[in-house]
Amino acid sequence: MTWSEMQPLLEQACTETLIMVGWSTLIAVVGGLPLGILLVLTDKGGLLQNTVVNKVIGQIVNIGRSLPFIILMVALMNFTRWVTGTTIGSEAAIVPLAIGGIPFFARLVETAVREVDHGLVEAVQAMGGNTWTIVRKVLVPEALPSLIASTTTTVIALIGYSAMAGTVGGGGLGDLAVRYGYQRFETGLMWITVAVLAVAISLIQFAGDFAARALHRRGARSGPAPRLRLLKSGEPATADVGKVA
Amino acid sequence: MITTSGLTKVYRTHRSRGREVTALDGVDLHVREGEVYGVIGQSGAGKSSLIRCVNLLERPTSGTVTVAGQDLTALAGRGPRAGRELRQARSRIGMVFQHFNLLSSRTVQDNVELPLEILGTSGKERSRKALELLDLVGLADKAKAYPAQLSGGQKQRVGIARALAGDPKVLLSDEATSALDPETTRSILQLLRDLNRQLGLTVLLITHEMDVVKSVCDSAALMEKGRIVESGTVADLLATPGSQLAAALFPVGGEASGDDRTVLDVTFHGESATQPVISQLSRTYNIDISILGAAIDTVGGLQVGRMRIELPGRYEDNVVPIGFLREQGLQIDVVDHDEPALAKEGAK
Repeated sequence: MTWSEMQPLLEQACTETLIMVGWSTLIAVVGGLPLGILLVLTDKGGLLQNTVVNKVIGQIVNIGRSLPFIILMVALMNFTRWVTGTTIGSEAAIVPLAIGGIPFFARLVETAVREVDHGLVEAVQAMGGNTWTIVRKVLVPEALPSLIASTTTTVIALIGYSAMAGTVGGGGLGDLAVRYGYQRFETGLMWITVAVLAVAISLIQFAGDFAARALHRRGARSGPAPRLRLLKSGEPATADVGKVA
Repeated sequence: MITTSGLTKVYRTHRSRGREVTALDGVDLHVREGEVYGVIGQSGAGKSSLIRCVNLLERPTSGTVTVAGQDLTALAGRGPRAGRELRQARSRIGMVFQHFNLLSSRTVQDNVELPLEILGTSGKERSRKALELLDLVGLADKAKAYPAQLSGGQKQRVGIARALAGDPKVLLSDEATSALDPETTRSILQLLRDLNRQLGLTVLLITHEMDVVKSVCDSAALMEKGRIVESGTVADLLATPGSQLAAALFPVGGEASGDDRTVLDVTFHGESATQPVISQLSRTYNIDISILGAAIDTVGGLQVGRMRIELPGRYEDNVVPIGFLREQGLQIDVVDHDEPALAKEGAK
């Protein structure tokens, strides 16, 4: 296979991956952020302590997190068809990716928000701030460096998931590597795909770390940026330790 | 200005059964307008619970809290969330914390503006007020810095500026100097004193350091096991025989050198502090007096001294000289005497 044959294939695959990961990250962040914050607020001793809500959300998040993505994808097929009208292609792949990403991100948000010093919450309460003020002015801004690190982790995990989605018709780089590299023995194309993924992931990690560090260091001369553990597998080691419902 | 009556706080360690911890046990506190009131006690005495109950960060189990004539416990409502009225009342009570509790994501100026944002003040007015307050606490040049760039003392100054943003009449200080070195502690206490005088601010502070009470407080209370065991103005406390607070404010040591000795604690304040009473006593009764320990200091703006002296002979032999000292307006406590009632009787 020559480069001129490979180029359009690679371009299309990259675009598809970008679309899948971009949209699903956006939805995962928009959905996971409030869920993660709610998990902290409704927990015992939280500002909106509510055991029932906390347990329900915690259970949903746990189920979402514990299902292997490939099973989630298959299980959600009917829902995907209902939303997008099809189960094949990048647009269809966005649905399970986003739904897999929401609980993943929510747990990371929970960990990040839980680390905000309770004294800050108390200080704003003493000023007469309500819960919404505390969320907007304390919890989110103070956890922002960790939230950015969490987003980086989520993006990288979703790139991994998107490759799985590719194998069942989602398209993208994973699909390309399987179809050409595995099924047609086009080893060259497969290695190029691997290289593209490696470079993309490194760039995302670098950008995420840079942003988190820049925010974290505001004012401080030194100090490590918050970084989530085990970035390659996309599984944060400590995210689930906190609360199992 | 601040009155609590029958304030009780019980923590349940386990949800239904299990141990109960009584942090506050019927605390009656009365802080007058414009004074600096210190509550002192060891860790676990309930000081923190007390100050948190004053602005209802902690809900008291029973009892009432009145601040500036407003019964806050009546505003509390049910559940852990604070209703609008309570939040408004809180915005008129400033609070400073041991660990400053500044938002690291905001500049110094933005930290001071935070309470004003909550009050809904306009942007221009916010920054004017914030800069004015930073000037008041001596940090006008640090407005654009982040908290991480400041020293502990500077952070606490920002904390104080922030607490004053809502024009409070009352300032609560939760161990505000406990994380600071002695030098910085003095400057922060001086600032609190100045604010108290300039703005007529009523300050309720809790501390475990006697020096804090000594240097800034008009009144003080001693807490033990959730109860206030002594309270009053510093001057009154010093004039109270057997007062633990007075003894702690003015520790004098020294043991009797033999059995046939009488040991006295002599407290001087006001005019008597300037009289040469000990040499008069010695000359008048022709007795030898040993000084076992002594301290002189300014407490609450009063010159106060305390001295532990030893007279030869038993208490019975020294009734006349002790009477002489009392006539001079001194407060005499007989140490380890078998008739303490007698000693207390003649205090004034």
